[in-house]
Amino acid sequence: MWRYIGRKLFVYLLTFIVAVTINWMIPRFMPGDPVRSMLSRAQVSDPEALERMTNYYNDVFGLDTPLHQQYLSFWSGLFRGDLGISTMLYPEPVLDIILRSVPYTLGLLLPAIILSWIVGNRFGAFAARSKVLDNTVLPVGYVLTATPYMWLALLLAWSLGIIAGIFPVAGGYSFSLRPEFSWLFISDLLAHWFLPFLSLFIVALGGWAIGMRNMIIYELEADYANYLQALGAPRKLIRRYAFRNAMLPQITGLAVQLGTLIAGALLTEIVFNYPGLGTLILSSLNSRDFFLLQGIFLFVVVGVLVANFIIDIVYVLIDPRTRVQMTGGSS
Amino acid sequence: MTLRVNDLKVYYQTLRGDVHALDGVTFDLADGEIMGLAGESGCGKTTLGKSLIRLDSRMRHVGGTIELDGKDVPIADDNAMVPLRYHEISLIPQYAMSALNPTRKIGRMVDELLRARGVRPADVADELRRRLELVGLDPDVLNRFPIELSGGMKQRVVMVISTLLDPSLLIADEVTSALDVSTQRAVAESMVEFRDRGYVKSMIFVTHDISLVYQMADTIMVMYAGHVVEKAPAGTVINEPRHPYTQMLIGALPEVGTTTVQGRLEGIPGTPPGLLDPPTGCRFKDRCPMAFSKCSEQPPLVEIEPGHWAACWKTG
Amino acid sequence: MTNVAGAPGAADKAGSAEPAGERKVSETLHFARRNPKLLIGLGIVLVFLLIGIIGPFFVDHDPNEYVGPKSQPPNGEYWFGTTTFGQDIWAQFVIGVRSTFLIGVFGGGVAFLIGTAVGFVAGYKGGIVDEILNMITNVVLVLPALVVLIVAIAYLDVRGLFVQGVFIGLTTWPWAARAVRSQALSLATRDYVDLARLSGRRTWRIITAEIAPNMSSYLVMSFILLFGGAVLTAAGLDFIGLGPSNGVSLGLMLESAVAWSALQLGMWWWFIPPGLGITVIVGSLYILNVGLDEVFNPKLREL
Repeated sequence: MWRYIGRKLFVYLLTFIVAVTINWMIPRFMPGDPVRSMLSRAQVSDPEALERMTNYYNDVFGLDTPLHQQYLSFWSGLFRGDLGISTMLYPEPVLDIILRSVPYTLGLLLPAIILSWIVGNRFGAFAARSKVLDNTVLPVGYVLTATPYMWLALLLAWSLGIIAGIFPVAGGYSFSLRPEFSWLFISDLLAHWFLPFLSLFIVALGGWAIGMRNMIIYELEADYANYLQALGAPRKLIRRYAFRNAMLPQITGLAVQLGTLIAGALLTEIVFNYPGLGTLILSSLNSRDFFLLQGIFLFVVVGVLVANFIIDIVYVLIDPRTRVQMTGGSS
Repeated sequence: MTLRVNDLKVYYQTLRGDVHALDGVTFDLADGEIMGLAGESGCGKTTLGKSLIRLDSRMRHVGGTIELDGKDVPIADDNAMVPLRYHEISLIPQYAMSALNPTRKIGRMVDELLRARGVRPADVADELRRRLELVGLDPDVLNRFPIELSGGMKQRVVMVISTLLDPSLLIADEVTSALDVSTQRAVAESMVEFRDRGYVKSMIFVTHDISLVYQMADTIMVMYAGHVVEKAPAGTVINEPRHPYTQMLIGALPEVGTTTVQGRLEGIPGTPPGLLDPPTGCRFKDRCPMAFSKCSEQPPLVEIEPGHWAACWKTG
Repeated sequence: MTNVAGAPGAADKAGSAEPAGERKVSETLHFARRNPKLLIGLGIVLVFLLIGIIGPFFVDHDPNEYVGPKSQPPNGEYWFGTTTFGQDIWAQFVIGVRSTFLIGVFGGGVAFLIGTAVGFVAGYKGGIVDEILNMITNVVLVLPALVVLIVAIAYLDVRGLFVQGVFIGLTTWPWAARAVRSQALSLATRDYVDLARLSGRRTWRIITAEIAPNMSSYLVMSFILLFGGAVLTAAGLDFIGLGPSNGVSLGLMLESAVAWSALQLGMWWWFIPPGLGITVIVGSLYILNVGLDEVFNPKLREL
């Protein structure tokens, strides 16, 4: 059990190192001079600022020092929490800009993931009940998983936002308001939050429903289900067992799907111009702010790793099979 | 008479037509009788065991009747069977090792099962503990998850659970095939003890291991290609089999009283006929050294001496 | 093959003298012809494939060219209407469908090659090779593919369909490797593989001649899933603005629709066709996959 967690931690550490290395390598090994290409596209008009930035970049990249030294200084910068200075919003540190956007992305992602997981599992279990239900829920679920996140976001924005006019379709809150702790602001915030949340929720729902449906069918075929049936146990009891057992792999599924869900959130944000990391990625791309882009990348990777680890711990605590091995090993 | 099966026909539905897995099976099982049910794989013995408790979705009851303690057993009606299951007819499945829900503590699962079957767990709690001790288990296993138990322990737990409500008929399907020789013997002995103590009235012990059955069963019934070929007291079947198939089956054993492997049973030349479109007459005639013209008619199962039934024109 | 759990084995040897292999094929076909999911999914995919193959031949101008009147809703001349610049949306759509299939085959293909190669070798070789490959697989699996792709592709000055496909393949193979590994693991211990190993055949020969054919249906289904994943990932990249430079794809159509405010202008014909195209193509593939699963996996035929 502790070995299991240790192994997982090792993989996550390795992943982190790989991610940082990718981050370090890309600007250095892609064709072209990164500093010049960044500056030429950064559209900086103030010559003084341009010179400051050129010096800064040359300093940061340290292209005249040997490669291994560049690599090491990259790491040491990282440990000081230094992700660089943004060119788009010069001279604001990348970290500050990211931290400003993170709450919006998390505010979309967490409720969408958790709610879609719960509702999707219920739906899937329900679908496995009868052939008719199964034949409707299953194709709908697959079509949902095949829907590009941004397209559903567009459809919702168009139908519920533009045509019906119920929800606002752009931004995190109205331009006329200032962030404050008031009912007016919070309701405005929620109104802007709802459509991006809904579109994330709906697309994710399909995947969970299908996963659950497949797991339940597998569980209902399992030996323990057959045994209980032979002893005349009611369907209700068997279904309850199957549902509980099918939940466990679905928790692992949460970790597997995380990358896709984050990607979905980023794309959805762009449609709604929602002030989270997705929109930040788009603007950093448009203004060629590579420090910002790479900072976001590292930030997302770290977030994914932490989430994965939490899911691992939850799984171990919930599944009696691993839990038993843990207590059995220590006693 | 505990169980009376009369001309039972159960077919499997497949794409290519019905597979006549049980094609007119008739036998009686007395109170307190342990009957070994033997035959090559595919002879219908597992189908018979399943038919008595729960037909799976592809099995179809085509004809024949089953009576248990004088009452009709409506095997074709899944809902009508529910009251009989567990209370009257119970099962130790072939897959006993994986028959327990892996994410429930065993005690809790038993309680939930009992409650679902209209039994107050408290009423049988003491009995449950006593019987676990009888098979050599610490009643503390109830507080454990199945993963914490060894294969043999799980097997015994399932045995106790299946027989907890003192059923009239217990079907034990290949329960020993996954165990090592010494555990096999222990399980077989426990089953006899359960019968002796009246936990189960009578038992059908499905196996391909004739020598094991010989040590514990009162009678042995041999099946071939969906038919009963011979049923007699265990000693008679082993020492004086009358049906040519039984004779060859016994002859294929290295030595009576030692354990054998399934491969030995294939020592008889030829293969059993397909049951999709079974041949008329005696089903063994193509492999039978004694076959003659009469064998193109199906031989009836007749009592050639008290308690000894055989279906062969040569013995009749 | 009856495949009835617990059915008498003798049924396998039923009367007729057909060879078993042939019978299995005919049985699979029998189920395939009666599986609505398979038939409907396959039908829709083929229709779109035809659109993607034949459609572009009837487009006699550059799909990004400003050919018609601006902002026209669908009409007889421009079936899917025109953009704010007067580009023909139908022309963009048919070529976009073509590039959707191309990126699916490319990206899915690269991922499939890497995934199956890693999976087979890990599952067959076992031991330290397995440990290392497994570790690599897990690392790539945990990395969020789209975000890695964004960072990597952002530095490319000129982007093409091919490069996009290769990059997608490089980041999306891990789950296929895992799935193939566990299948290969169970097959590698079978008797006939042991026999092949004992007779001194080379690893890759055993994998291609003994193991792969026995999981061919599984491999086909994996490829379809990777294909769908590649299409969706590519659409996301295109939408962010990292699509092929000067190319045409359904994702790029969505990008320009959003960039030029089709939403606010109410030009639904600009953003509905490309998204619908992706959804229908990938959705049909997924449903086709379920159908295949039911046909190949007798246990699922029941339900």
